[in-house]
Amino acid sequence: MIGDIFFSLSVRSVRLHFLRSLLAALGIVIGVVAISSMGILGTNMTLSITASLSENANELSVNPVSGTGGGGGMFGSQQSESDDDQCIDRDQVRDIRRIAIQDTVIPIYSESGETITIGDEETRCTIYGLKPEDVVAGIKISEGSYLKGSSGAIVGSELQERYSLHIGSRIKIGDPDEGTPHIVRVVGFAEEKGMSMALNPDNAIIVDAKLFVDWYGGEYEYDQVLIIVSDINTVTETGDAIEEQLNRKEETVSVRDSSGMLENVTSSLSTMTSFVTAIGAISLLVAATSIFNVMMMSVTERIKEIGILRSIGTKKREILKMILYEASILGLVGSIIGGIMSFVGGYLICMIMLSDTTYFWMPASLVNIANGVVVGIAICIFSGMYPAWRAANLDPIEALRSN
Amino acid sequence: MEKNPVIRLERVKKVYPLASGDVVALDSVSLSIMPGEFIAIMGPSGSGKSTLLNQIGCLDTPTSGDLWISGINIRHLSDNELTDLRRDKIGYIFQNFHLIPLLTAYENVEYPFLLQNHQHDKSGHISTLLSSVGIDIYLAEHRPSELSGGQQQRVAIARALVNNPPILLCDEPTGNLDSKTGLQIMEMLQSLNEQGRTIIMVTHDSAIAGYADRIIVIRDGRIVS
Ligand SMILES: Nc1ncnc2c1ncn2[C@@H]1O[C@H](COP(=O)(O)OP(=O)(O)OP(=O)(O)O)[C@@H](O)[C@H]1O
Ligand SMILES: [Mg+2]
Repeated sequence: MIGDIFFSLSVRSVRLHFLRSLLAALGIVIGVVAISSMGILGTNMTLSITASLSENANELSVNPVSGTGGGGGMFGSQQSESDDDQCIDRDQVRDIRRIAIQDTVIPIYSESGETITIGDEETRCTIYGLKPEDVVAGIKISEGSYLKGSSGAIVGSELQERYSLHIGSRIKIGDPDEGTPHIVRVVGFAEEKGMSMALNPDNAIIVDAKLFVDWYGGEYEYDQVLIIVSDINTVTETGDAIEEQLNRKEETVSVRDSSGMLENVTSSLSTMTSFVTAIGAISLLVAATSIFNVMMMSVTERIKEIGILRSIGTKKREILKMILYEASILGLVGSIIGGIMSFVGGYLICMIMLSDTTYFWMPASLVNIANGVVVGIAICIFSGMYPAWRAANLDPIEALRSN
Repeated sequence: MEKNPVIRLERVKKVYPLASGDVVALDSVSLSIMPGEFIAIMGPSGSGKSTLLNQIGCLDTPTSGDLWISGINIRHLSDNELTDLRRDKIGYIFQNFHLIPLLTAYENVEYPFLLQNHQHDKSGHISTLLSSVGIDIYLAEHRPSELSGGQQQRVAIARALVNNPPILLCDEPTGNLDSKTGLQIMEMLQSLNEQGRTIIMVTHDSAIAGYADRIIVIRDGRIVS
């Protein structure tokens, strides 16, 4: 194979200037690691959010429309409208039940940012009021039991972990400066739910609706209605039907499903990922400059050799090929080492920053490494193009005469 | 003998345009060289000997005038065709040997063969050639930097011969060698000439020029005899 001789000349040239070549390749290693691991991080974040949202893909949330036009909520801010006077009333709930006849409809009272006191520590969380049978339908319990007794409460996993709560713990709800707080007793803990459309128990306390109305008033003035759709294929249909029915006269509710939220989240994530990847790409640009530099040096040093090669019958494009091989070798070595390091680095980043490596092994995540490697090699070849062109177009006599 | 010249120059002129004024390195040189001739080109330094050889070797193209190699007017050839002509029809032997430092002696000789045949030599042709110029298989594995000047020139001769070109161009082939080694190289060139190759050799040394059938003297870019 004729390719062999040019390739082997390139390999030998790289070996002759091992340190210089190694340093240039190191730049590529860093660049590839930068873009690949940023890509992996972005993909893993997206995948994990997508997965937690699609676990709840069968949920619809019906929210009253606030005066300022709601519906722009992001990152689980499902309580954003609960502070206004807007609410979903009994008739509307009845309409919803009529439409979602096959599905579970859970009207929710909620109060966000309530002060609670655990032991002598104060914090804030969301208080949900649900009918006991709705709690059974809408919340999964990891420990303890569903609502029982007059002051029983179910507590979310985040609060549980943060304050090392156990069954029987007491929590005071309400600001002590504004009258006597209500005291509840933990009867159960809710499973971690992650991101969801409505009724996110992770950082919340769930009490009986009756208790909630006793404390806060507003009977039948629900803050939100959660619909757990039995057939996932009818989610959009059901949502549309509800919106149509309830907004017939005027805009009173908005219905959201997880896909809208998913879109929001993934689009802002991808903006963020592109941004950090662009920063990573700068390091690749620096690497490209150093490859260019090394290739120019190599061509200048080998000018006489190139003259000899040309004079004994080597064609321009064969010289071009030889120099491009050299750049590709640097790119290949740098990118492959970079790829291996991205693999390790990406895994570590997922472990440290996301504490979750489940999605690391997915093709969508690993493809970032392949992309990084390909971009690394391509950049090296690109950087080698001008030096190669210069070498190929040297005047053989000039090249032979140079020292 | 054939009547057609293997090399013919017709009013070949080579001008190097410089900022300080044009340098006329060759001034309307006309010359015919018949197959099998052994020609020595002599003349003072800077008279245009190397320039003339480079035109004949198609390393350079004349500013004006015509040059035929084996009956082909090189004016009409593309860069690729000129390169092929150099590879197939012309063997070069330089004063400074000009071996490729990254390749072993064997690989240096094999290189033009690979360019021409796109595959490695399986017939033992290259080994035979190397031993015919006095390079044994152990020396053949050495890099040029590990060879003496005489050994390097032998390798360079083997490389020039590997594609069996009809024309050998030698620019002061013994210029960097001691006189004994120089004479050995000349014996080698002479026997190659006896095998029918056309040899054109630039030299300063009239003893060396004595090996040639014909001596061309050049001065200020013109043939004077
Ligand atoms: N690339 C070039 N650019 C400008 N001038 C050149 C170039 N090459 C050769 N010349 C000029 O052309 C003339 C002939 O040069 P050439 O190398 O042919 O001489 P030469 O007879 O081979 O000399 P020497 O015996 O020293 O090798 C010289 O005056 C030289 O300065
Ligand atoms: Mg000269």
